[in-house]
Amino acid sequence: MSSSSPPVGAASAAISASEKVDGFTRKSVRKAQRQKRSQGSSQFRSQGSQAELHPLPQLKDATSNEQQELFCQKLQQCCILFDFMDSVSDLKSKEIKRATLNELVEYVSTNRGVIVESAYSDIVKMISANIFRTLPPSDNPDFDPEEDEPTLEASWPHIQLVYEFFLRFLESPDFQPSIAKRYIDQKFVQQLLELFDSEDPRERDFLKTVLHRIYGKFLGLRAFIRKQINNIFLRFIYETEHFNGVAELLEILGSIINGFALPLKAEHKQFLMKVLIPMHTAKGLALFHAQLAYCVVQFLEKDTTLTEPVIRGLLKFWPKTCSQKEVMFLGEIEEILDVIEPTQFKKIEEPLFKQISKCVSSSHFQVAERALYFWNNEYILSLIEENIDKILPIMFGSLYKISKEHWNPTIVALVYNVLKTLMEMNGKLFDDLTGSYKAERQREKKKELEREELWKKLEELKLKKALEKQNSAYNMHSILSNTSDE
Amino acid sequence: MAGAAGPGTGPGAAGGDGDDSLYPIAVLIDELRNEDVQLRLNSIKKLSTIALALGVERTRTELLPFLTDTIYDEDEVLLALAEQLGNFTGLVGGPDFAHCLLPPLESLATVEETVVRDKAVESLRQISQEHTPIALEAHFVPLVKRLASGDWFTSRTSACGLFSVCYPRASNAVKAEIRQHFRSLCSDDTPMVRRAAASKLGEFAKVLELDSVKSEIVPLFTNLASDEQDSVRLLAVEACVSIAQLLSQEDLEALVMPTLRQAAEDKSWRVRYMVADKFSELQKAVGPKITLNDLIPAFQNLLKDCEAEVRAAAAHKVKELCENLPPEGRETIIMNQILPFIKELVSDTNQHVKSALASVIMGLSTILGKENTIEHLLPLFLAQLKDECPEVRLNIISNLDCVNEVIGIRQLSQSLLPAIVELAEDAKWRVRLAIIEYMPLLAGQLGVQFFDEKLNSLCMAWLVDHVYAIREAATNNLMKLVKKFGTEWAQNTIVPKVLVMASDPNYLHRMTTLFCINALSEACGQEITTKQMLPIVLKMAGDQVANVRFNVAKSLQKIGPILDTDALQEEVKPVLQKLGQDEDVDVKYFAQEALSAVAQRLRKLDSPAKDGEEPSAPGADKNHFLRPGGPGEDTGKAHRERAARVVSEEAVEAARFRGTDAAKGPAYQLHVNTRDTLAQLEIAELVHFSQSRD
Repeated sequence: MSSSSPPVGAASAAISASEKVDGFTRKSVRKAQRQKRSQGSSQFRSQGSQAELHPLPQLKDATSNEQQELFCQKLQQCCILFDFMDSVSDLKSKEIKRATLNELVEYVSTNRGVIVESAYSDIVKMISANIFRTLPPSDNPDFDPEEDEPTLEASWPHIQLVYEFFLRFLESPDFQPSIAKRYIDQKFVQQLLELFDSEDPRERDFLKTVLHRIYGKFLGLRAFIRKQINNIFLRFIYETEHFNGVAELLEILGSIINGFALPLKAEHKQFLMKVLIPMHTAKGLALFHAQLAYCVVQFLEKDTTLTEPVIRGLLKFWPKTCSQKEVMFLGEIEEILDVIEPTQFKKIEEPLFKQISKCVSSSHFQVAERALYFWNNEYILSLIEENIDKILPIMFGSLYKISKEHWNPTIVALVYNVLKTLMEMNGKLFDDLTGSYKAERQREKKKELEREELWKKLEELKLKKALEKQNSAYNMHSILSNTSDE
Repeated sequence: MAGAAGPGTGPGAAGGDGDDSLYPIAVLIDELRNEDVQLRLNSIKKLSTIALALGVERTRTELLPFLTDTIYDEDEVLLALAEQLGNFTGLVGGPDFAHCLLPPLESLATVEETVVRDKAVESLRQISQEHTPIALEAHFVPLVKRLASGDWFTSRTSACGLFSVCYPRASNAVKAEIRQHFRSLCSDDTPMVRRAAASKLGEFAKVLELDSVKSEIVPLFTNLASDEQDSVRLLAVEACVSIAQLLSQEDLEALVMPTLRQAAEDKSWRVRYMVADKFSELQKAVGPKITLNDLIPAFQNLLKDCEAEVRAAAAHKVKELCENLPPEGRETIIMNQILPFIKELVSDTNQHVKSALASVIMGLSTILGKENTIEHLLPLFLAQLKDECPEVRLNIISNLDCVNEVIGIRQLSQSLLPAIVELAEDAKWRVRLAIIEYMPLLAGQLGVQFFDEKLNSLCMAWLVDHVYAIREAATNNLMKLVKKFGTEWAQNTIVPKVLVMASDPNYLHRMTTLFCINALSEACGQEITTKQMLPIVLKMAGDQVANVRFNVAKSLQKIGPILDTDALQEEVKPVLQKLGQDEDVDVKYFAQEALSAVAQRLRKLDSPAKDGEEPSAPGADKNHFLRPGGPGEDTGKAHRERAARVVSEEAVEAARFRGTDAAKGPAYQLHVNTRDTLAQLEIAELVHFSQSRD
């Protein structure tokens, strides 16, 4: 009755209000600033001031005797690095190096017979000098790859050409792994793998192709590469939870798994169960889930007996609170069910459908919806029909309950359809379950009460024993010597 | 043992037997196997209860084997289990049986999930202490060896944490074996294991004989410090601190320093960061001589490292480094070898570096003394007070007390004021919040006069900030200021301004008045509370916004203890009773809460003088609570009418005042008793704007 708060005087305050309240509106502004960020690598300190580059003659103008010598000179010239964070320094030299790199790319891809044995050492040296570097600290510690723009590599104008050159080199018909393996060894690969943590997606893309070629051409490095990827993943899962190149590495693995010989080695199965499955627990699953699910399904297509442990593994790591991840898990389960063998299905139907029944009754409608979509899949439907006696009792309770209680009308409609389908599969069982539904609920409630009762009694017992302990002056050993063994 | 326990515990044991039959293990195990994870987790958390019900023997023979066999569960359950088992020695029959707990813990120490494993290792470490030396060698050491040679990296990782607890109590032959196992883990194939070994290297070194440290640990340290993975190398830096403490200066120089020097210039910034981060520990461990020869130059490099992360970590250590230098020659070293680098950092390109420096730089003034501070540090402080990054300024301001001791704050106050004002209006509310928290400190150092002139208006402006956290902090700030400057100051400067806001058009500001009153009433005392604050609170009971009304109820409850009986009986209670009839449920709820608190207090205060009032007041209260529609309502109405009358009287009075006050007295005097909406509006505007113009 007293103050009738009219819109007074607030105008001037309102302006400063929008300035002062930092909130979600400003995120776009902050992001806009960040978008163009780039970063140098952490290596310049060792270099000191470098000599200025002087342009060398063009390779195509040299005589064929001189060409090889000149090629090596150019490779050596390209080993010199420049600071791209300082955009005005060494402009001339930077341009010379860029032109030279371009020329080198051109040279190895259009000419035959230029990759001679003596050149390998200089080639690998030049590549190593340019791409191997300590990655700088991320300048956004809580970098969210889904939300934030990545920090780009500042020296990309040069590095890109080096990668380009590296690829042409690996793909050249003249390239001989038997010679290259002296230079492209375990240490080299190790450093290459570490670069997958680069925040720059362009670089990771190149790395992916490069590593794929190396895996293809260097048979002696394959086991080593797999093991190192293994270590990277384990560190990612259990130690740091941070590695930018997980999706790229998984993509390569997808094609590696595809090529595994049968029967699968124990090492590969271990990789599946101890690395790929736990990887589902990662916070940033959304970033690489497609590639991960592809790898898992590849394994199952190779060896169907892995189905049961894989599904049990997924059920163990089923997301508890993250609905977005739950939807991804359901997607992966559907992919697995698409290729499952009926005998395997029988082995896991019970635990699996218990989980599905929980998902169906999730109050998050996307989770419920995703689970209910299983009933649109012909193959899954046929599996359910074959095993309706097992599955219907598991699903019935939740479906019945949601059909009455779920807040979202779409879900309720979907559930009605599912119930109808199930009823058509086995009408008698359906009627029985409908009939016993209430009794079942009551039985559950009773069990619940019994449990409470049990624990109450146990509690009392504990108190009693504690009391006894206080009273017993003889034996202060422990609570238990009181009640012990006779 | 059973024999010893027997005679003293006859009845207890009998009871135990009876209980055992009541709770067959199957039922209990059913609980541990329940389908619902949450229930399983609950059961595991009460594992000790189950063990108690079973008795020690059945716990050993039935429960533990069951637990060992069924370790395939959700990590959350396993974590709880690992934790429980660490405290289980008593429940399996004391130290003699502690080894029974090893099998389940061994399995837990091999699972993938790091937290589970770490907890299992922690429990194992705990239990190892309860083993007798014989049992340790018979049961515990073999377990460590098994883990150390496990197939999968997880068990080897766990083993790393167990060496140091069993080594000191083992016999010489076993010791040699343990060392051998540790050595092989340090060169394990898997980087995860090498990391685990590196992180336990220091701890292990401490329990070794000095000879073994020199002959075995140092080579391991050197290897780990030059590992191909930087994540291993950086852990070696940590180990360096422990190892350095064990060695003589000569050995240090020969065995450790080459590696440490190399780490300080490692090509990976993570390793250099670690050196910077552990700098004070390293400095203490290597002693003053090596510090001067090696560490200071290394530190200079870290301060100008190419990575901001490293520079910031080093900047953080500036003060500690200087403090820990030997007193003689300290000043010279700082002035010549450290200060030049600090000066560079003041204008670093990275704000984290600057703010790290700002958080410690003030501490140098006590070390360098008055003259150096004025001549060399003051310019730096002043530059940082003008830094573009608010955090830098804030860090300087928050450490003013160090400088205050040395040169007094006056030297800075000229530069201080603009910096404070700017922070006070910073766009980021966290910055504003931080500066508010330093206000009482600043007020104390700058004195009441300076405060009134320059800072008071800021403090008042925060009360109408747009972020609740700021308004809340501002309220607490006022309370602290009142405690510092006294009630008279409060009455003259704070209270009037706060009370004026009671008629602000914005209900959030009106609520701020209430919050201020809550905070200030105690510091201001009964007189001010009763005469100035209470009327305002009571008036606000008629506010049209429910949030304000229920906060009135809360405020009345809060200030109740400060008021005397008359005020409570005559003024507070009727208003609360009226609010108890409010249409809004929250208002009703809080009013009733407050009423019962007030009634209680009245009963306590009034016990001698309750004769006249007694039948009506508490009785009415009761009726009111239990039967809102019952006979109590009459009283309620009567009260309400009376309240209305009071209100209108006051309005008349206020109207009378208005004419004169607007001309003469300060606005707030008039405002205290105003009930008139119009007047209130005018004044609200007036005050509001004049404040924001300040």
